[in-house]
Amino acid sequence: MTGTSATVVPRAGLPKPVILALALAGLALIFIAPFLVKNYRVFQFNLVLIYAVAILGLNILTGYNGQISLGHSAFYAIGAYCAAILMDRYEWAYWATIAPAAVICFGVGALMGFPALRLGGHYLALATLALALATPQLLKYKKIEGLTGGVQGIVLNKPDPPFTFELFGSALNQDRWLYFMSLALTLVMFLIAWNLLRGRVGRALIAIRDHPVAAAAMGVNLPVYKSLAFGVSAAFTGVAGAMGAVVVAFVAPDSFSSFLSITFLVGVVVGGLGSISGAIFGAVFIQFVPNIADHISKSAPWAIYGVFLIVFMYVMPGGVAALAHKLLQRMKSAS
Amino acid sequence: MRQSQRRFLVKLGIVATVAAIAAAGGGAAFAQAKKYDAGANDREIKIGHIGPYSGPASAYGAIGKAIGAYFEKVNAEGGINGRKIKYLTQDDGYNPAKTVEMTRKLVEEEEVLLVFNPLGTPPNSAIHKYMNQKKVPQLFVATGASKWGDPRNFPWTMGWQPNYFSEGRIYASHLLETKPNGRIGILMQNDDYGKDYVNGFKAGLGDKAKSMILSEVTYEVTDPTVDSQMVTLKASGADVFFNVTTPKFAAQAIRKAAEIGWNPVHYLNSVSNAAGSVMMAAGAQAGVGVISAFYLKDPTDPQWQKSPEYAEWLAWMKKFHPQGDIKDNFNVYGYTVAQTLVQVLKQAGNDLTRANVMRQAASLDMTLPMLLPGVKIKTGPADFFPIEQEQLARWDGKTWVLFGKTYGQ
Repeated sequence: MTGTSATVVPRAGLPKPVILALALAGLALIFIAPFLVKNYRVFQFNLVLIYAVAILGLNILTGYNGQISLGHSAFYAIGAYCAAILMDRYEWAYWATIAPAAVICFGVGALMGFPALRLGGHYLALATLALALATPQLLKYKKIEGLTGGVQGIVLNKPDPPFTFELFGSALNQDRWLYFMSLALTLVMFLIAWNLLRGRVGRALIAIRDHPVAAAAMGVNLPVYKSLAFGVSAAFTGVAGAMGAVVVAFVAPDSFSSFLSITFLVGVVVGGLGSISGAIFGAVFIQFVPNIADHISKSAPWAIYGVFLIVFMYVMPGGVAALAHKLLQRMKSAS
Repeated sequence: MRQSQRRFLVKLGIVATVAAIAAAGGGAAFAQAKKYDAGANDREIKIGHIGPYSGPASAYGAIGKAIGAYFEKVNAEGGINGRKIKYLTQDDGYNPAKTVEMTRKLVEEEEVLLVFNPLGTPPNSAIHKYMNQKKVPQLFVATGASKWGDPRNFPWTMGWQPNYFSEGRIYASHLLETKPNGRIGILMQNDDYGKDYVNGFKAGLGDKAKSMILSEVTYEVTDPTVDSQMVTLKASGADVFFNVTTPKFAAQAIRKAAEIGWNPVHYLNSVSNAAGSVMMAAGAQAGVGVISAFYLKDPTDPQWQKSPEYAEWLAWMKKFHPQGDIKDNFNVYGYTVAQTLVQVLKQAGNDLTRANVMRQAASLDMTLPMLLPGVKIKTGPADFFPIEQEQLARWDGKTWVLFGKTYGQ
């Protein structure tokens, strides 16, 4: 191959400096956004970041490993209650509750992984749904009411920011401080996921999804990796649950119904199965589309939600991430 | 300086001082002319409301609708001090998680002046701390839990209806007066509301509580029925029944007791004594003999139907709430609690700050047309229980018949 050819194929798309400027502007926007909008909007942004981590967790299991789960509301609930009980009953600081929540949910998830080894497809979906259905009622169990607060749940105090700060006339209040905490947490979790999935583990998970028999023949230990996938996925969603408890400052059994599981699944599919960045789009969808639907119709908001969902599935069957990928490809190849 | 000059200067000084004070006072009065917090302005007052229009307690949705209809009447008559009421009501399905969400929405997105009459003990418990942290009035809550009358720790929360603890005590007093050797079975909703009633009841029984109470059974508000609990209670041999359930379950309990042939002395908590949605729903004859406590005039009681106050209420129902059931006392509740808020806002005048709203709510001393005779609304800086008096009545198959004295101070 002639490496010294003088022909240079012109790269289509935007020139590098423009991309850099756009990226910097985007980054700046992410940092100053909470100071430009009202408190309630910041609270909604926090939920988007937290749902993104939860959806990322589900994506690791369902998108990358092909194991369908309708039970992730249970892991989210376990994470949330871990944080709530540690903060309320044992006076732990809010940031210290994330790690225990991750560890406990990893354990529960890995345990869930064992029966999951024998089940596939629809049967696994039902088994995980059973977990989601049982969780709110288990949380209301009388014998543990002293710990969980029973049907009335646990009311938490939102943490105060450790310093005062003001930008564009808006002070750094509790919700804005939690925005930056959630942002940091989300970045860390996304980094962990990216690192995990681009290496050997990620390839093993994808191999198990696409050709389990071939993967086993290649030496991938199916039981270990499948349980690991469940555990890691549960840990991610549990971390999201713990941060969610801090941001909402309230946990109750009825906050974590099986509908939340389905909502996460919607987020995964809309965002894009097998895509890390898709999780953010999925989170934006599940947080804001119900609100938009409510504005459009007060009497049948969920019907409008359904319409949105169907339209999304038609227009972008691979999720938002797939559409974004296609657009980028088209921009690069156009010349 | 000569004497006359000094005197002149002194006089000038006095006049200047008086003028300055007058100007400052006048200026202050001018500045006090109109004060607003979020949700209030020259033209309207935004009032937030949360109620269970769906879910296991949806019978109470009638209250929220009645309140809306009353505010329509007030607006049709010119509003309060020239301002119209904008009523923003949300459905929480009696689910505390939803109550938190809806409250945040009302306070932070809609920016209402106050949240009025949120319904249910678990829902109100979930937002109790938040409302006080945000310093937004959680006013005239639709629950009688005794914790809503705690101005020292929660100055932004106030109850309205007689509190459950006192009511439980009233039933105990009556029982000790009429059947001191009764053997008691209790059915209780497993939350603060249930516990409040039972604690008051036990306090009223005093030392006899342990010996008189044979069986105490609970249920969750999310359970489908209480039939099995009723069978358990009958089997315990109790001949007195204290029924602490919300309307849907109260109807089931009364119907089941009749079905299994259990006929105890039956005390029914006032939260669930609606003639239409509970007593008739259980089967009019099934509940004959049931005793409950009242502070409002029952719209099915013939003695009130002859009164001018009832005529006024009926006229309001027909004009502004034609789809409401004239036999449902939730429509009397909604009417009366709305009148209480209207009085508070009238008293607030042009100072529509949240602090002043609470101040006016804590300075009420009045009676309202649909309260029972002898029952007053009275509050003070240390007294956040507006209504504390009740009278007992017995169901006769068609209506509640009042008897005996008015209890409470």
